[in-house]
Amino acid sequence: MAIGGRTAARRTTDVPLTHDETRTARLGLRRRQRRAFMLVVPLLVFLLLAFLAPIGSMLYRSAYNPTVANLIPGTLVALRTWDGQSVPDRDVLTAMAADLRRLALSRESGRLAAEINRTYPGASSTINAAARGLRRVDEAEIASAGADTLLGANERWSDPRFWRAIRRAGANFTADYYLTALDLERDASGAVKSRESAQIYRQLYGKTLGMALTITVLCVLLGYPLAYHMANAPARRANLMMVLVLLPFWTSLLVRTTAWIALLQTNGVMNSTLMSLGLISEPFELLYTRNATIIAMTHILLPFMILPLYSVMRGIDPSYMRAAMSLGARPLGAFARIYLPMTMPGLSAGALLVFIISVGYYITPALVGGTDGQMISNIIAFHMQQSNNWELAAALGSLLLLVIVALYWLYDRLVGASNIKLG
Amino acid sequence: MSEWASLRFQNVKKSYDQKTMVVQGFDLDVAKGEFLTLLGPSGSGKTTVLMMLAGFEDVTSGEIILDGEPLTRTAPWRRNIGMVFQNYALFPHMSVGDNLAYPLKLRNMPRAEVTKRVEEHLELVELGDFAKRYPGQLSGGQRQRVALARALIFEPSIVLMDEPLGALDKKLREQMQFEITRLHQRLGFTVIYVTHDQTEALTMSDRIAVFNEGVVQQCASPSDLYERPANAFVANFIGENNMIGGTAERIDDGKATVRLASGATVTAQASGLHGPGPCVLSVRPEKLYVQPTAHAYDNEAPARFLVRHYVGDFIRYFFELGDGSEVAVKALNDPSAPTLAEGQDVTLAWLSQDGFAFPPPGAPQNAPAPLTNETEEELSR
Repeated sequence: MAIGGRTAARRTTDVPLTHDETRTARLGLRRRQRRAFMLVVPLLVFLLLAFLAPIGSMLYRSAYNPTVANLIPGTLVALRTWDGQSVPDRDVLTAMAADLRRLALSRESGRLAAEINRTYPGASSTINAAARGLRRVDEAEIASAGADTLLGANERWSDPRFWRAIRRAGANFTADYYLTALDLERDASGAVKSRESAQIYRQLYGKTLGMALTITVLCVLLGYPLAYHMANAPARRANLMMVLVLLPFWTSLLVRTTAWIALLQTNGVMNSTLMSLGLISEPFELLYTRNATIIAMTHILLPFMILPLYSVMRGIDPSYMRAAMSLGARPLGAFARIYLPMTMPGLSAGALLVFIISVGYYITPALVGGTDGQMISNIIAFHMQQSNNWELAAALGSLLLLVIVALYWLYDRLVGASNIKLG
Repeated sequence: MSEWASLRFQNVKKSYDQKTMVVQGFDLDVAKGEFLTLLGPSGSGKTTVLMMLAGFEDVTSGEIILDGEPLTRTAPWRRNIGMVFQNYALFPHMSVGDNLAYPLKLRNMPRAEVTKRVEEHLELVELGDFAKRYPGQLSGGQRQRVALARALIFEPSIVLMDEPLGALDKKLREQMQFEITRLHQRLGFTVIYVTHDQTEALTMSDRIAVFNEGVVQQCASPSDLYERPANAFVANFIGENNMIGGTAERIDDGKATVRLASGATVTAQASGLHGPGPCVLSVRPEKLYVQPTAHAYDNEAPARFLVRHYVGDFIRYFFELGDGSEVAVKALNDPSAPTLAEGQDVTLAWLSQDGFAFPPPGAPQNAPAPLTNETEEELSR
């Protein structure tokens, strides 16, 4: 006996439309599209100005460095025909001498020396000395004897490696900031190698990702059982608990972080309680450590884990667990094989949110983290505000963006981004 | 196939709040291979009985015995009871094949055997090509059949169905009723079926237990239930019924002489009446006739025609008796259907065997039973 023999629904057939009908239909469609577009225009403009433009400018700044190109334009034009192996010909040397004289007169030779020194250590004194020497030479003399003056000033001016460094520094676009951000540098011949001095940033990226992962795992461990309890509680109790979960959201972030300072400091609430209970004899060093950052951020980011989990769990009927048990599964097995996979969309959404937010977190590590608890954003802020190396800050920020995009891609490959559910 | 089991409920009681009984002393024997339906309005305790049987709710007192073995202390996952849920409860992240294989894998069945069984059971519900699909890609009726196959595949001792057709539209529901009956007849499994849809219960069941307020009002075959209701609740709940107020004047050998509130005196079958006193007379609308007809009936009452509702296959007429109470009459939509003018005085006639005189509803027998000492002890343990 065939089941499912329902009468097939009649399909609408293609009826040819007259010219006027087609036109009216097309106009109606256009009108709807135009109205939809008008509704999102303000947001688009806002996004463009407040979001896309700054990110674009950051990416641009991290690679764009026209300082040297603006300082010695004549030399760089002359260098275009240079083969890169031999001593540059007289035209190049003459152009360099003219540029250096101009810079010396406008007191800008120091900037050039500093820029080139980055790619060729020791270049600073060579350039400054040459510039000082050329200052007193007049323009006509430069054209005839500038090249010889340079060659006589220092043997570096006849070294192709030195000229290669100048040419590299003169490029408008450079990967040098990215190399610095990855603790790499170029040696004098231009090959990329690990920086011999302090390895700061790679270690910092590792620490940041490690801390973000720890915070995410802690949020899952704390948030999952609570979300489960809330999802299965009577509506009134669930609502009350939801208010308690959301309460931190309504308090200023700064206030919450400051409260953690009061709790964690050497003579703070946590230590004095533990000591008065006789559990410890000396106060823990909690504040201004990595653990302080992890504790405070777990507390602050916990709602981001609970909310998507709760909304997904709320939609899971108890009959699924019952079905699994009636089929012979023990509660733990049913949880692992049925319930957990069904909450995966909420779990991934929450974990991704917490992880990505904590990778870029700034205020809490800055306040409670000390030197040990600093994350990558604190270093970016340092380069923005104190060392004034915006290009390096931009490169560090771009790398952070890249890391997050890469992690998201990995997540998409492993779990599937379409699996995310926020509510 | 597997050995299907018999089932016995012994004075099973359930209380959630330690004050009132949701199920009050449920006794029932279910034979091997029987299709038994628990029917009742929502909140009548029928689903609670099912949940206790499946092990998702504790039994407050009493015992459930499955094939001679007490069941109430057994964990749900050891009971080996198949269950079909109203929302199907198919695992959305598993394919249809994996859904069916899940209970078999839990029983450590060899892989080849699992594959074979899954195929067999998909064939059984005529979904042979659907093993790779996911529940989200199936229609309501197909999901229902997968749920059915999953509840049968691990050879459970009995199969429970909790309003399994509630989410389907009318056409599909009828189709699935037929399908479940067909499988039941072919495989002979024991079914406990919960529904609030009486048509479903009447068409599918061997026996129906009608629940109200935690008490089984009557447990009988569909035709007995319809034609010989045990009390006013069953008479009113199953099918349509006219409930006419009156007084029993005499009860004689199962026959009651009833004086209706409108004044007419009629005879009816006495049910649960122990002596003269107030009663309700129940007569089904299709057993009432508007005189004159070609047949003779031993009960008659004068009435005035109010209005008629055209339903299609039949017509429903509404009449008013002398005391203002309303009576409905159902007549087939054929040339014999009476033509009446509004306000016209007629005589309604019926056979005395089609009328039942019950004690009025709400009489003491249906009052919720207070907790006995014994069950209170059970609760406080």
